[in-house]
Amino acid sequence: MIPLSHILLLSVILFTLGAAGFIIRRNVITVFMCIELMLNAVNLAFIAFSRRLPSLDGQLFVFFVIVVAAAEAAVGLAIIVALYRNRNSLAIDDVDSMKM
Amino acid sequence: MTSVGSADFIRILPELVLSGFALLVMMLEPVTPAGKKTVLGWVSVVGVILAGLAAAAIAFFPGSAFSASISNDGYSVYLIELLLLIALLTLLGSMAYLERDAIDHGEYYALILMATAGGAFMVASTELIMVFIGLEISSISTYILAGYKRGELQSNESSVKYFLLGSFATAFFLYGIAFVYGLTGTTNLDVIRETLVNSPSSANPQLLWLAVILMFVGLAFKVSTAPFQIWTPDVYQGAPAPVTAYLSTAPKAAAFAVLVRLLIGSFGHVASAGPLIFWLLWISAVLTMCLGNLAALWQSNVKRLLAYSSIAHAGYILVGVTAGGAEGTSSVLFYLGGYALMNVGAFILVAHLAGADERRTDVEDFTGLAADRPGMAACLTVFMLSLAGFPSTVGFFAKFYVFRAAMHAHLTGLTVIALLNSVVSVYYYLRLVVAMYMGEGKTQVNEASIPRALGFAIAVSLIGIFFLGLFPSGLLSDLTSLHVPWL
Repeated sequence: MIPLSHILLLSVILFTLGAAGFIIRRNVITVFMCIELMLNAVNLAFIAFSRRLPSLDGQLFVFFVIVVAAAEAAVGLAIIVALYRNRNSLAIDDVDSMKM
Repeated sequence: MTSVGSADFIRILPELVLSGFALLVMMLEPVTPAGKKTVLGWVSVVGVILAGLAAAAIAFFPGSAFSASISNDGYSVYLIELLLLIALLTLLGSMAYLERDAIDHGEYYALILMATAGGAFMVASTELIMVFIGLEISSISTYILAGYKRGELQSNESSVKYFLLGSFATAFFLYGIAFVYGLTGTTNLDVIRETLVNSPSSANPQLLWLAVILMFVGLAFKVSTAPFQIWTPDVYQGAPAPVTAYLSTAPKAAAFAVLVRLLIGSFGHVASAGPLIFWLLWISAVLTMCLGNLAALWQSNVKRLLAYSSIAHAGYILVGVTAGGAEGTSSVLFYLGGYALMNVGAFILVAHLAGADERRTDVEDFTGLAADRPGMAACLTVFMLSLAGFPSTVGFFAKFYVFRAAMHAHLTGLTVIALLNSVVSVYYYLRLVVAMYMGEGKTQVNEASIPRALGFAIAVSLIGIFFLGLFPSGLLSDLTSLHVPWL
């Protein structure tokens, strides 16, 4: 059996990669994918804890996270499509019509 | 195995009514002829009022529902009523605006109802799964609302930024929940508190700190406290003004409710997490107040100015959260109520004054307003004075109670910083008032007189501001005597 600490380490690495990508990446779609990566890191942590404890709550939580992430993706992609229609660009740096 | 009975459903009656009416509005939308969509607005208003009556009724059925995932106590009933009041004022303030800017579709009203239902689940929930779902129902609805002017660049941008940073924050909040679950084996807030308090040695303090910090970061994004407030000015400026009225109050109130339940109610009782939570809140409160107020001094756009002002107000509320205990909590609840009245009122009035497509939102555009429209200028002045915290308005007592709670908790330094900040804030609120009364009107100010529904909403908020500004003790003593087991 894989020790809990290994799975958690993987989860932390994935979460950090996602968070770093969110800050560094300059394309809206990629940034969105980084958020999905972070959510999957969360799911991995829930599953690992759930298996270790043992308790089923963590696995239930993962289902909710997946469902909500799907809903969020639907709305998010629609928003991004609207942005693209108005701007013909998906670069984050172009999203700057409001400045101090 | 616990079974679900009718008592469970009674205790979530306001949320059920809101969701039901949201679905009803969505179903009526295709059969409502174009140009008559305001009818759907009135249907939603009826829904909100019925939900308000339901919330008043469930106050007589205290207890928990659905295997202790919903707690129906005085705390949740007050906050649900507050969210419903915000929804009501926003709906009344939006109808004429939507027609004027030709975006009057029924979905708008349904989304407001859904966002409110999500917020109501958040404030009533004692189960982190439920908190998360409520948070997402409310967030996803408001992402759409922020971008409601599909063809407009700024509204688009507002929506994209809100969506990206909101989801980013949710990931942090969820990761925090995952660690709490790993430490305690449960996601129920009451059980978490008992587990951590009764066997403090079982929990690894570093992991507990990590969990608390992650959850705090997630919620700090939602209530826009420094250093996680960067998205706020752009989102509030770009979104349609009535939506901003809603965004700046309802999701904030709901997220603060969760913050208080989590940090004061659950983790505040854990000895090893106490100092960490205190310093997190203390530092964030100071940063939020200073950043919000200093940045607001330089703003020329009224919506952006009010956005920074709402950041500053989040800082004052955090002072109350830092104070903690029964007194801090009741002062926070009072502040959320007063802040909602004045902020919603200010934004829906600015939405009207900005004119078609919100072309006039600069402070300069308000110059000489008092000569043209003395009534509206007077209303806006009252909102500004209340936001600044002048006596006889609710803004004064909201600040007073928060600062008093902080003094009683021996937070002298924090109180002094907060007082200095509220002195600074007077400058930028009065700048708008001075522009309205002293300047010569350069532009023709407004085309139409105030629509009836909007006028009613503004009257309600004005009455609330003065009533709570003159007789605040009744509400405060009610809030102090809320019977919440976790304090």
